[in-house]
Amino acid sequence: MSQFRALSVLPGFNLALGFTLLYLSLIVLIPLSALFVKSATLGLGGFWHVVTGDRVLASLRVTFFTSFVAAVINAFFGLIVAWVLVRYTFPGKRIVDALVDLPFALPTAVAGITLATLYAPNGWLGQYFAAHDIKVAYTPLGIVVVLTFIGLPFVVRTVQPVLADVEAEVEEAAASLGAGRLDVFRRVIFPAIYPALLTGFALAFARAIGEYGSVIFIAGNMPYISEIAPLLIVAKLEQYDYAGATTIAVAMLLISFVLLLSINALQWWSSRRGNR
Amino acid sequence: MSITIENLNKQFGNYKALDNINLEVNSGELLALLGPSGCGKTSLLRIIGGLDVADSGKLLFHGKDVEQRDARERNVGFVFQHYALFRHMTVFENVAFGLRVKQKKQRPKEAEIKRSVHELLSLVQLDWLADRYPAQLSGGQRQRIALARALAVEPKILLLDEPFGALDAQVRKELRRWLRRLHDELHITSIFVTHDQEEALEVADRVVVMNKGVIEQIGTPDEVYAAPATPFVYQFIGNVNLFHSREHAPWTQQHGDAVAYVRPHDIDISHKPQDNTALQVEVKLVRAIGSVVRVEVVADGSSEFIEIELSRERFDTAPLSAGDKVFIRPRQYRVFESGVKDELSAA
Amino acid sequence: MSQVSITRKISTHESTGVTLLLIGVALAYLLVFLGMPLIVVFTQALSKGWGLYWKALQEPDAWSAIKLTFLVAAIAVPANLVFGIAAAWAIAKFEFKGKSLLITLIDLPFAISPVVSGLVYVLLFGAQGWFGPWLQAHDIKLIFAVPGIVLATIFVTFPFIARELIPLMQAQGKEEEEAAVSLGASGWQTFWRVTLPNIKWGLLYGVILCNTRAMGEFGAVSVVSGHIRGMTNTMPLHVEILYNEYNFVAAFSVASLLALLALVTLVMKSLVEWQAKRSGEPLHHGA
Repeated sequence: MSQFRALSVLPGFNLALGFTLLYLSLIVLIPLSALFVKSATLGLGGFWHVVTGDRVLASLRVTFFTSFVAAVINAFFGLIVAWVLVRYTFPGKRIVDALVDLPFALPTAVAGITLATLYAPNGWLGQYFAAHDIKVAYTPLGIVVVLTFIGLPFVVRTVQPVLADVEAEVEEAAASLGAGRLDVFRRVIFPAIYPALLTGFALAFARAIGEYGSVIFIAGNMPYISEIAPLLIVAKLEQYDYAGATTIAVAMLLISFVLLLSINALQWWSSRRGNR
Repeated sequence: MSITIENLNKQFGNYKALDNINLEVNSGELLALLGPSGCGKTSLLRIIGGLDVADSGKLLFHGKDVEQRDARERNVGFVFQHYALFRHMTVFENVAFGLRVKQKKQRPKEAEIKRSVHELLSLVQLDWLADRYPAQLSGGQRQRIALARALAVEPKILLLDEPFGALDAQVRKELRRWLRRLHDELHITSIFVTHDQEEALEVADRVVVMNKGVIEQIGTPDEVYAAPATPFVYQFIGNVNLFHSREHAPWTQQHGDAVAYVRPHDIDISHKPQDNTALQVEVKLVRAIGSVVRVEVVADGSSEFIEIELSRERFDTAPLSAGDKVFIRPRQYRVFESGVKDELSAA
Repeated sequence: MSQVSITRKISTHESTGVTLLLIGVALAYLLVFLGMPLIVVFTQALSKGWGLYWKALQEPDAWSAIKLTFLVAAIAVPANLVFGIAAAWAIAKFEFKGKSLLITLIDLPFAISPVVSGLVYVLLFGAQGWFGPWLQAHDIKLIFAVPGIVLATIFVTFPFIARELIPLMQAQGKEEEEAAVSLGASGWQTFWRVTLPNIKWGLLYGVILCNTRAMGEFGAVSVVSGHIRGMTNTMPLHVEILYNEYNFVAAFSVASLLALLALVTLVMKSLVEWQAKRSGEPLHHGA
């Protein structure tokens, strides 16, 4: 097509697209470009120096490790929750279904102070862990707990519709061919929902990496142990170290980007295999 | 209102949807645009309706160029393939829409709107559905409401995109007759798009057969069936047998590479050779379908089936059964040069 | 042979034991991670009785945080609403080059840490930012002031309404709009009478999600707010201050308002989903 857009009888294209691009540029693109321009002022050497600092490296490690663990927990239990919500009926199911979205709706600060209270050594749940000498709040374990809360809906909500679409006929066909229930799940159902599960995992993971509000209340924020990268950004900012803050931000973005890209590649590869 | 189309072209990317189209639609005529999917018929209809814009060429309504007039100013009623009824409005509001969006000066009074909507609904025999929503109607009912809605603005031209495409066979037949009657009553210049040859032949005054963006033939239903202008039309409208002149069509007297097109009911079948150009064949299958008997034969040394249709009376005078060796000879045929063969097999 | 196939159980369902186990695991998981926190918010808020609860909410700083939160949402949500409609109209009803890139860019704020969302505005408008000196010279304060909070909130809630409307309007196609135009409707008439009624549930859904996030945002707002009590504190920020001062009852009292807002959101969300399904306008699900 030689022209920029296909002609249409509906009016308002120029106005709508013009406004969209203007607003997008002003609110998102120009501010984001500031991030990269700022970090470029440090030069590659400066960038490397900041990123490989012990404290920064430790915070990045804590951030990505706890986010990964939380996403794995959510992938496993989220699949069970999705399964139960799609396949079974039980009293109160609709309320439970609606409640799954709570982490989307509940402000992160509220989630943070609540979970910190719940898992504090004298908290409702924390006391049982404390009895076994396990500290949850103010350790990386606490971070995993809040990140699990934050990412909980993602896997459930991505797997649910796909699972509901798996045709009963396919399962019946497999069963009539002699497959046991576990076989049917492993060979028929799981391959169908696997891409959605991976998507949910990636979304939960990505969300956890950037999370700040809830984590700072429960993490204890001890440098090298339970200090997450976003917190370090804020700390640098409070010392007016704009360049340092920006560098950590860019490093986070780059790592997330690479991770999500590889998850996408994995997904693309597995769906291609599935279609063959 | 008459429509004149001159040298119209439309390209989508590398794909030529309309290739130099010339067409004259007479005032008050009911015209069918017939062709397989992707032949450009819908593009042509949308351009006439002002929903798409041609790359080049002229479009005249009653001698006036309407290129610069957009859809809302063309006074054209458009009935969409999937009806495009406004799903959040009642049937009444759907039909009233065109009247309500008129500029204040031309907008009829509420009582007037009410009267004309009910008049239109009675015209399509669905007055009793006024308060329903589109989702509560059957396909045939939606179709008629879509038509009533298009008629509400008193269009000078009515365009229908596959008007019966999404309906089942019985409803289709009924609506076809009904559309024909309605047109005879209203006499609005109407064009409808269809891929169903039976529909086009039964309803339209004239049929425009299209293929790959080109008009293959324009003619009355009788003309396009009885005297197809091109191999494509032969194949697209009705059944046809192909005889390659070199091997199986000595009666064509053609020496080059040519193909003869013969309708199944234009073939004589006999136990004795009719003359020295008759083709000897073996009967493979005999099947009576209603008032006709379909016979499938294969020529000696060939594997292609030739289809022959006989009236039951004729069949009864000389019954055939599978395995019989008989002779065939076409009463009527048409020969095309073989160069066009490739285009055909793709059709 | 037939004997065997009749007695063999065709296993298209799990055994009762497995079913109960799975339901049990799912419910326990949801109880620990969702149910208990929700209960904790309210029990903590009321742990010293209703009297202290009301007192905490009537405190001037809490009150001004509540007002600021509503003000910010009242600006951010309509701004993103107008944007969402414009973007969805352009993307869903027209064909143009670079469309999928545009959709990706619209989703961008979701992929960025809230802290970074705040940071970018500090880089632009902060004292040492690009426009910082100019703004200072003209005595305009964006960062550590309400405008910065609004901007950061608009950024983090940017995609909500657009990504709700785009798939919905794409699925609905443009035939109804074309029909309206061919019946003589103008652009505005087509939009108000045909498009808008068709997307009203999706629109409402997006507004609910957008509003919830706008009122609850913490990270981005925290970076640009400056935490000035009674001036630039939103409710979530106020919760943080009270909590860090060990004023737990007050912190949870304000938090309980936010939790209540979350519950109202969930109820409205379910209602809208139900209504949308009933009116045949299925919504796009997901985060």
